[in-house]
Amino acid sequence: MHGQLPLRIGDKEFHSRLIVGTGKYPDFVTMQKALEASGSEMVTVAVRRVNLDRTQESLLDYIDLKRYTLLPNTAGCYTADEAVKYSRLAREVGMSNMVKLEVIGDQRTLFPDNEELLKATKILVKDGFIVMPYTNDDPIMAKKLEDAGAAVVMPLGAPIGSGLGIRNPHNIVIILQMVQVPVIVDAGVGTASDAAIAMELGSDGVLMNTAIAGAKDPVKMAEAMKKAVEAGHLAYTAGRIPKKSYASASTSMEGMIE
Amino acid sequence: MQIQLNGKVHDVTDGVSIKQLLDELKLHPLRVAVQVNLDIVKREQYEAVSLQPGDKVEVLTFMAGG
Repeated sequence: MHGQLPLRIGDKEFHSRLIVGTGKYPDFVTMQKALEASGSEMVTVAVRRVNLDRTQESLLDYIDLKRYTLLPNTAGCYTADEAVKYSRLAREVGMSNMVKLEVIGDQRTLFPDNEELLKATKILVKDGFIVMPYTNDDPIMAKKLEDAGAAVVMPLGAPIGSGLGIRNPHNIVIILQMVQVPVIVDAGVGTASDAAIAMELGSDGVLMNTAIAGAKDPVKMAEAMKKAVEAGHLAYTAGRIPKKSYASASTSMEGMIE
Repeated sequence: MQIQLNGKVHDVTDGVSIKQLLDELKLHPLRVAVQVNLDIVKREQYEAVSLQPGDKVEVLTFMAGG
């Protein structure tokens, strides 16, 4: 059943359905304020070489680890082997056995390589990871990932950082019908209405980064996204009216003068 | 002796352990992952593993990302 509260992923529970990235902010202070405004309880991070120049500040100094669950990603990995390696490095840094599994197939579109993604998912599930794979909006692939032991499936709404919104809402709905694990729409959100649409479809959550970090005012946009995710989820559980081609009056004709 | 640290030549004391290297770099061992010649070194091994000349050492941590 989708849309239940709290959102359960692995052995963790979340009351916020919004997962946010930590990349592309103008500075760490803005990021910190935006994370707070988003109400999110889970934030994504990347695994990269440590900065040996100690004059530069560290991301982790700006993230309250009591408040946020860290979700390491495998961004930039193009093969299953590479993604598995980065997942293990992430686990070694500690704090989490969760991984936002990305295996990219093409530099220009950043579309996933689903063959490699499935392969990496199988290896990591066996290795005890809570695997959260970023995938195409392909229902068959989503089902295969679930069968391979993925804790959630994360179909894209549109290419990463594109801000194009949910390009194929019908596929997201089919994915929701086909898998039992939570469905989190990852990538493509441009503005608040996109997040609301993702949630109105019945998605269990939304993951975004650029839409907030790249906004003129990231802190304000973070708050907008928080409200949009809540509103979209509420609308889904409320049950929308069916769409019709013709009007149906909200006001009765009864009692009008002759 | 010299090692390759994060892709750059780095001078260290002969036979330095990973723990000593991290101390020298003022890095908190609980916030990094270490790979030596493509193998991930578990945190419990940081004191036991001593580096050899020419070792390729990668020290990684969490950075900003989406």
